[in-house]
Amino acid sequence: MRQTLAAALLLSTVSAPALSQTIYPIDRAQILTGAMFDLKVEFPGLAEPGKISVTVNGQDHAQALGRAATYVAREDDKDQSAVTLRDVVIDKPGRYVVKATDGVNTREVAWDVYETAQPRKARNVILFIGDGMSNAHRVAARILARGIQEGKYKGKLTLDDMPAMALVSTSGVDSVITDSANSASAYTTGHKSSTNALGVYADRTKSTTDDPKVETITSLAQRRLNMAVGVVTNTEIEDATPASMVAHTRRRAEYDVIVQQFLDQKPDVIMGGGAANFIPKSTAGSKRGDDQDYVERFKDAGYAVATTAGEMKAASAAGAKKLLGLFNLGNMDGVLDRKFLKVGSVKRYPEQPDLTEQVKSAIEVLSKNDNGFVLMVESGLIDKFTHALDMERAIYDTIMLDNAVKVAKDFADQKNDTLILVLADHTHPVGIVGVMHDDMDGPAPNVELRDRLGIYAEAGYPSYPAPDAEGYPNKVDVKDRLALFSASFPDYYETYRPKMDGPNNPTVAGKEKGTYAANEIYAKSPGAQLRPGNLPKDGNSDVHSAEDSLLNAYGPGSEMVKGSMDNTDVFKVMAHALALGTAK
Amino acid sequence: MRSHSEPRSNPPKLRLSRRRALLALAAGLASGGVRTAAAAPAVLDFADLYEASGVLGLKFSPKLLSLKGASVAMQGYMAPPLKAESDFFVLTREPVSLCPFCSSDADWPTDIVVIHLRRAAQPTRYSDPIAVTGVLEVGSATDAATGFVSQIRLMNADFRIV
Ligand SMILES: [Zn+2]
Repeated sequence: MRQTLAAALLLSTVSAPALSQTIYPIDRAQILTGAMFDLKVEFPGLAEPGKISVTVNGQDHAQALGRAATYVAREDDKDQSAVTLRDVVIDKPGRYVVKATDGVNTREVAWDVYETAQPRKARNVILFIGDGMSNAHRVAARILARGIQEGKYKGKLTLDDMPAMALVSTSGVDSVITDSANSASAYTTGHKSSTNALGVYADRTKSTTDDPKVETITSLAQRRLNMAVGVVTNTEIEDATPASMVAHTRRRAEYDVIVQQFLDQKPDVIMGGGAANFIPKSTAGSKRGDDQDYVERFKDAGYAVATTAGEMKAASAAGAKKLLGLFNLGNMDGVLDRKFLKVGSVKRYPEQPDLTEQVKSAIEVLSKNDNGFVLMVESGLIDKFTHALDMERAIYDTIMLDNAVKVAKDFADQKNDTLILVLADHTHPVGIVGVMHDDMDGPAPNVELRDRLGIYAEAGYPSYPAPDAEGYPNKVDVKDRLALFSASFPDYYETYRPKMDGPNNPTVAGKEKGTYAANEIYAKSPGAQLRPGNLPKDGNSDVHSAEDSLLNAYGPGSEMVKGSMDNTDVFKVMAHALALGTAK
Repeated sequence: MRSHSEPRSNPPKLRLSRRRALLALAAGLASGGVRTAAAAPAVLDFADLYEASGVLGLKFSPKLLSLKGASVAMQGYMAPPLKAESDFFVLTREPVSLCPFCSSDADWPTDIVVIHLRRAAQPTRYSDPIAVTGVLEVGSATDAATGFVSQIRLMNADFRIV
C-alpha cells in the first residue's frame, strides 16, 4: 500500500509535545553487534551545548562510542536543539544505558546489544513476504489449491508444511496499525520504525532524508560476509516491501530516491514492476521527476536488464552476475489475470514472468556466490487486491506465493543449508464467512444476493473445479463461491461476485476534495448492494489491521521460530542463522 | 489524505461497441452544438493511444501520430481537478480513486490525456463518463503552472457528460 505522506508527517511533527528528550534508537531497541546505526537526541527546546550531556553506561558518549555527536542549535529553524552521531557501531554485546540531559530534563533509554553465535547455521536465507497475507487468505488458498472434503483438506500448502511456526506482532513506533514500510523495515533492519518510513527512525524534522538510519540486512550481508543479495517482487520494485531491503527514507513514496538507493546498494538481483521510475521523464510512461535514465545506469553498473520472462531466463541461464528485471511500468499483473482472465495490463505486457519463474532465475544468479545469499521474495498484490476488496485475486496470488515457496524449498532440500521464512508484513481484517450459492432459494432476481450467502450449515462447500497442476482452479466465477469479506470498507457496491473484467476499483473520488464515493460502474451488476462505509470518508479502501502475522519457517536456524514474537525478532532469526553479528 | 491509492487497477471495461456508439453520439452532439463547419472529429479510443508492449517506455501509436493537430473526440472520466473551476484536467480511461494532484506520488494511470478547456468549467461527478473534443497535441510537455508532465493533450477542448 502506498500512503500519502503529508498526513503522517504532520502527525509526527505536530503531535507529541515532548516533555523530555527523544532518543533514537528507542528504548528497548535490540541492536546487532557490528551493525551501524545513527544516534540522535532531540531536545524539547533550545539546549545549550555546555549543558548538554549524553552518556553511555555512565561514560561520555564521545569516549564510549569513539566520536562526539554533532550539535544543531535550532532544527528546522525552530527552538529545538539536537545532537546526532552517524554510523555508530557497537561490537561488545550487553546492556547499554543512554542518558541525555539538557541541564533541566533528563531521559534515559536502554539498548540490548546482542551477538550471534558461531558457527553460522545457514548459508542462505530466503524471506518470503505475502504482503497483507492474513489467515483467511491462507485458508482460502488451501481450499482452492488443495481441495477439502468432509471437513478434511486433501493436502497441505507448502507453507503449511513447515516445522516451525510463530505469531508475529507488527505494530510500529508511532501506531498500533502498521504499513508495509515500517513493518518490512522491522524485518530487514531489526528496528521498529514509523508509518511510511524505511530504514530510519522517523525524527521530527521536515527533511525526509536526514532521519537517523539503521543498517539493512542487505548492507550487513554484503559488508560483513560478502554475500549475494536479491530482491524479487511482483509490485513496483520501489514499493515499500522490496524497498525495505535498501532504502533509508522517511517517505516511502519517494520512488526516485529509492531507485538511486537500489543503485547505491547494488543487490545482485532486482526484479519486479515499476519501470516508470527508471526511465527519463520525457519518455511516455515515465514517472520520474528528471531526465535521468536509470536503465542505462544499471547497465553501466554491470547489470543484465530483462523486460520479459524470456529475457530473464536467458540472462540467468547465460550466467549473469547481476540482473535487473523490470516487467511492467507499474505493478505487475496478478496471476488470475495473467494466466486465466487476460485482463488488466496483460495484453500490453503479455510476457510478464510468474513469481515462481522469478524465484528460479534469482536463485540461479545468487547461488553462484560461494558466500551464500539473502533473498527477499514478495507476493505483493495480495495486499493491493485486498485493499480493493478483490478477494479472488488476493487468493490466487496467495497460491502463487505458495508455489514460489515450493521452488525455494526444492532448492533448499538439495543441501539443507537454506533458511526459509514465510510470513506477512501485516494483516487485513478479512474473514471467510460462508459460501455464496447462486441457486439458493430459487432463481434470480427474486432473491436478494445477501440471502444467497450460505452461512453455517447452508455454507456447505464451494464448487471450484479441481485445481490445475499449479493449484489454480481454472474457473473462479463458479456458482458456489467462497465469501470472503473485509471488516473495513469505504462506501462501495457489494456485487457478491468475482470481477471478471479487471481488478476491482470500488471507489472513485468524491465530490468533496479528499473524499471517496462508491464507483457507480458496479451499481449495474445485478443485485449489487450499496454498502455505506464504516471507515473515515477520506479512506478509499480496506485497511490494515493489528492482528499478528503467521510465520512459518524451514531449514537451519528455524528452531528460533516459535510462540509469540515481535517483528524485529524476524531480523534476529536471520542474523543468528547467518552469524551476522560476529565481529569480522 | 489518510489513505492511499492502491491498485492502479484497470477496472471493468465498458463494452467497446457500446462505448464507441456513445462516443460517436456525444461527439456528434458536441460538434454540432459549438463547432464551426469543420468535419466531425475523429474518434480516438484510450486503447488507440499507445502500441502494445513497452516496459521501458510507451510508444505512440501510428493512429495517434496521424491525428496530431486534428480535432478528435475521446471518451473517459474526469480526474478531480486542481481547483473547483478549472480549465485544465486529466482525462482517464476509468474513473480514478485518487486525486493525482493531492497525492504525493505520481500514482495515476500511464495512459492519461490532459485536457485544456476552451473556457473554465465546474467538474462533473467523477464517475460520469464524459465525451471530450479538442485539438490533439502529442509529445512530452510540462505544464508551466503545475509542473504536470503529459504526453498527450487535447487543446481548446469542450466536454459533455455522456
Ligand atoms: Zn497495504
